[in-house]
Amino acid sequence: MDFASSERTGAPPSEITSAKIVIAGGFGVGKTTLVGAVSEIEPLTTEAVMTAAGAGIDDASKVPEKGTTTVAMDFGRITMADDLILYLFGTPGQTRFWFMWDELIRGAVGAAVMVDTRRLTDAFAPLDYFENRHLPYLVAVNCFDGAPRYEPEEVREALAIPARVPLVMCDARHRDSVKAVLIGVVEHAMATLVTEHEQGVVVG
Amino acid sequence: MTEPHDPRGNLVRPYAVTRGRTEPIRDIPIEAVLVASSAAVQEARFAGHDKYRIAVLCEPKAQSLAELAALTRLPLGVARVLVADMVADGLLSLHSAAPRKGFSERMDLLGRVLSGLRKL
Repeated sequence: MDFASSERTGAPPSEITSAKIVIAGGFGVGKTTLVGAVSEIEPLTTEAVMTAAGAGIDDASKVPEKGTTTVAMDFGRITMADDLILYLFGTPGQTRFWFMWDELIRGAVGAAVMVDTRRLTDAFAPLDYFENRHLPYLVAVNCFDGAPRYEPEEVREALAIPARVPLVMCDARHRDSVKAVLIGVVEHAMATLVTEHEQGVVVG
Repeated sequence: MTEPHDPRGNLVRPYAVTRGRTEPIRDIPIEAVLVASSAAVQEARFAGHDKYRIAVLCEPKAQSLAELAALTRLPLGVARVLVADMVADGLLSLHSAAPRKGFSERMDLLGRVLSGLRKL
C-alpha cells in the first residue's frame, strides 16, 4: 500500500480499503451527533431485523423477547482518498443487543465509548463490554451544556476506568473536538498494536 | 429515528426478495465497499428490482454494505444476501475491509487513517 495512491487520476483505484471506528455508549449519549459532526454524509440508519427466520444472520435466540425486533445503527462516512474510506458506526442504544455490537466491532480499528456525566451509570455496561473484548478503545466524556463538570480523573475513578485506557473530554457537536477523539482512538490503536507486537502477542 | 414500522413490511417482503433465504453465500463485512461497472448496471436490470437498485447506487461511487442497506431501506441481513449473490454473479466487485492480520499491514492502514483524520 503506497501513500501516493491518492494522486491517481482517471481510472478508479483497483482496490478500495474501508476501515471502521465504533462509537459506543448508552441511549442518548450523543453518538449520532458525534458521527454527524465529521461525516461527509448525513448519518444513515441501517436496520437489522431479528426474526426466527433470520436466525443465523441476526440471531433471534439471543433476544429476550420472542417475535421480531428491529435494531437500528447510525453511521457516517469519511472518504479519505480514492482508495480509502473510514466509516463511523454508532452502536444500538439498547444495551441488550450485545450480539449486534459483536458484529460491529469485528474488524474495527478501535472504538470510543461515550459517557454522559448526567448518567454515569449508563456507561458501566458499554465499558464492561469493551473491557472483555480485544479491541483498543478510549473513553470520550461528552460535555453537555448544563451537565455537571468533572475533572477527567474524577470520571476515571467513578467509572473505574483502567489507567491504560485513554480518557478525553469532548463536545460531540464540534468537528474539531470529534476529530481529536477519533485521532485519539487511532493513536491508541497504533500504540496497542506496537506493544503487542513487541511482546509477541499473536492477535487475530 | 425512522417512522414506526409495520412489522409485516419488514418481515414478509424482504425475505420474499431473497426467496426465503436468510444465509448469504459468503460473509460480507458491514463496512466492505462494493462497486458496479456501467455494464454490470445494465445487466442488473434483469436481476430484479432490488438488485438493480443496489447496482445503480454502486456505479457512481463505492458504497458499503451498510450504506446499501440504509439507502434501499432493506434490513441488513437481506441486503447482505442480495449483495453476496451479486458479487458471485459478477454484478458487483467487493473491495477489502481493513486487514486484521499482519503487523505492518495493520500499522500501514492505521497510519493512513490517522493522516486522513488530521487533514479533515
